[in-house]
Amino acid sequence: MRLGLVIDLDVCVGCHACAIACKEWNASGTTAPLTDYQPYGAEPSGVWFNRIRSYEVGEYPNNKTINFPMSCMHCEDADCVTVCPTGASYKRAEDGIVLVDQNKCMGCNYCSWACPYGARELDRESGTMKKCTLCVDRIYDLQIPIEERQPACVLTCPAHARMFGDLDDPGSAVSSVVRERGGYQLMPELGYNPTNHYLPVRKAKPIPTENLGKPGFKDKIKGIANRIVKR
Amino acid sequence: MHPAFSVIFFTVSSGAGFGLFALLYLMDLFGLDGGLPIEQKLVAGILALVLVAAGLTSSMFHLANPKNAWRAFSRFRTSWLSREGVFAMAFYPFAIIYLGLTWLVLPELEVLRLAAGAVAALLAWITIFSTGMIYGCLKTIRQWNSPLVPANYLALGHFTGALLLLAVASNSEVVLTSYVTLVLALLVVAAALKAIYYFWIASPGTGSTIKTATGFTRGTVRLLDTGHTHGTFLTQEFGFQGARKFSLILKVCVFIAGFAIPALILTLGGSVAIAIYAAVLTAFLGMVAERWLFFAEARHVINLYHGAQHC
Repeated sequence: MRLGLVIDLDVCVGCHACAIACKEWNASGTTAPLTDYQPYGAEPSGVWFNRIRSYEVGEYPNNKTINFPMSCMHCEDADCVTVCPTGASYKRAEDGIVLVDQNKCMGCNYCSWACPYGARELDRESGTMKKCTLCVDRIYDLQIPIEERQPACVLTCPAHARMFGDLDDPGSAVSSVVRERGGYQLMPELGYNPTNHYLPVRKAKPIPTENLGKPGFKDKIKGIANRIVKR
Repeated sequence: MHPAFSVIFFTVSSGAGFGLFALLYLMDLFGLDGGLPIEQKLVAGILALVLVAAGLTSSMFHLANPKNAWRAFSRFRTSWLSREGVFAMAFYPFAIIYLGLTWLVLPELEVLRLAAGAVAALLAWITIFSTGMIYGCLKTIRQWNSPLVPANYLALGHFTGALLLLAVASNSEVVLTSYVTLVLALLVVAAALKAIYYFWIASPGTGSTIKTATGFTRGTVRLLDTGHTHGTFLTQEFGFQGARKFSLILKVCVFIAGFAIPALILTLGGSVAIAIYAAVLTAFLGMVAERWLFFAEARHVINLYHGAQHC
């Protein structure tokens, strides 16, 4: 089994709800707390497992804003695990989730140096490295309804831009959507083989703005209405 | 990368210590210029052990949770950081046996003394290499992921070690010519390797870019928003970027203080003890500048997500 996330960049609206839900759940989860430094002060900062950045792709007028959520990719060849000198970082054989044993970590930061995706953040308060657990304390919880046994970020996403599943199983929903939409991995050249995949933006037909031809009856009415109604 | 003083001191100090020990052993084995008196051998050996111990202690200050530091010896099969610790610890018993037998002068145990010294010297070399590989193995940092990094660590450790050996030898009646020659030879090798390293990292090559990082490989990609208000662990640890002009000035300092002045002092100043101490001092200043730059110039690929076009 290879559990991971598939993120649809076509529909992500950049609302940060996934990051907030992640913080809410994990602030009392297995690696809790996620310490905040000066949360109400002049320089607010803190530990987060999920961060959303926004990029502009292409040049005007063919440009587009793309919101880009990133959390741990639960890589198949995770260097953060092999470089860890204490054995605190480990990758579970049964489902591929990469975790940090908070009782073993000595806070040397070396795993964060080895991670290209910025998935690991040191908690200055506990002195240990913290990272996305793929809500391991939730996805196997038999006490909650089966449809809720998903990471908090996936459950909360209002745009359904996040999907959770087994990327080893070619028949799973996540595997088929990656196949159909041309899902890709980030920085494949580094050879980490990340489990999480990103679905590219769909090709949309451009809306014509020039040489539209003679306006029809409907457009004439619209034109008159536009002149009468002051906005 | 954020240049942490504890790590700068650790790498400079332990590198010099291991280099000093390995060269002390070679000088002893081959009896350079009749060999050093026992007293000087012991001083050099103890100085090496102290430098290594000081370096390792300093590296502990880098840890956020040092109570688990003992666990760092457990993953030597995959982690260069763990290997560094294991080899450094394995070095001590052999080095102590070698120095102890040097002190006691027991002709019947001479073979054991030289054998222990040989193992310790070998472990010293492996440990310096491991220190370099801690950085060299990281695929995320182009400036570090190069065989030149462990080569530089070995060369600089031996150069500074040779200078310290010369400083110790200058307190005895030994003819210093061959020690000076040794320092100058290692100085040339170390300076050449460092120059090649700076030349190599100057061009970005074919590494990751903001396009491969985001997957939008067909158009230009520009950061609009980092998604955080006032810095994160990632910006504090990896966001450090020194001014280009300052880096250039510091590089000149590395070559002048680290290599040119010591070379001038040793060729012109002869074997006056005070001149040799001055050479040691400027060389170490140069090494600290070199190590500061080594961290300050390293650009982690996470900076691509924070808007850098390449690293």
